[in-house]
Amino acid sequence: MSNIERARQALLRRVLEGDGKASLADRRAAFNNSALAEPVRRLVNKVAGNPRGIAEEDIKRARQSGLTEDQIFEIVVCAAIGQASRQYDQRKRLSKKRGRIEIETPDPR
Amino acid sequence: MRLQILDNGHSFGTKTLFALIRTVSRQPVLDVIKLVKYRPEFYGTPMSDVTQEVMRGPSPWSIGDRELMAAFIAKTNKCEFCTNAHSVVADLALGREKQVSAILCDLDNPAVGEPLRATLLMLGKLTRESAVDGHDMRAVLEAGASPQQIDDALAVCFCFNVIGRLADSFGFSVPPAKAFEAGAKYLLSRGYR
Repeated sequence: MSNIERARQALLRRVLEGDGKASLADRRAAFNNSALAEPVRRLVNKVAGNPRGIAEEDIKRARQSGLTEDQIFEIVVCAAIGQASRQYDQRKRLSKKRGRIEIETPDPR
Repeated sequence: MRLQILDNGHSFGTKTLFALIRTVSRQPVLDVIKLVKYRPEFYGTPMSDVTQEVMRGPSPWSIGDRELMAAFIAKTNKCEFCTNAHSVVADLALGREKQVSAILCDLDNPAVGEPLRATLLMLGKLTRESAVDGHDMRAVLEAGASPQQIDDALAVCFCFNVIGRLADSFGFSVPPAKAFEAGAKYLLSRGYR
């Protein structure tokens, strides 16, 4: 494992498995952009797909749903890392075998 | 910023550090610094470890090349804060004042070599569409980039697709150019930790 991948895995373990103010279930759901109730679902969707479209109102609604600022902070961080990870993980895997570069098409999930 | 904790929820020691930064640099503390210094054990420290390794660790790409990729990914995401910040770092690292903004507007700029140009095009597609295929990768390899260069470029893409999203989500303010210049000098001399 490269130093980059080792550091990246440590980041993922920290935000998804370590101590936090938001529940592990909420952090993982934000990372996966799935299984969240409104209004957090809308916020996480925007972090993943349209972060420039996030408005004060989106944060306000998340607060009004009962989340603290620390919980919103963690959920947004997990959502951003989740979307970037999906981009990173669906990259083509390159390997050199017998002097040739082989390109595998990953599972498009 | 949209969360008050990111503006003023830091520990006493961190607030003291911010006061020192403001005094020495005579510039506001950048919102990205406020973000990584807020409860740093959760996000800031482990993310800085990743970014340091990606942007300053051993790589066939130069530091300037990687900063240019960061600026290009930010521009593709239309993230003004990150585009400005990393354009200045790339200019400093490449030693070509104001050339990065020209490159970002036209990747056919003769200052960009073919492997880097093809890599930037692939990163742009991955950032816009969250997908690349074998054809895209083959084009980068045929342009002369190595598999290691592709892997390293994808790691840059990971970092700046995280940071750009957070900049937009938390509503980073865009400071004056001089604040970016001060930040760029720090990033070049000290790195991301």
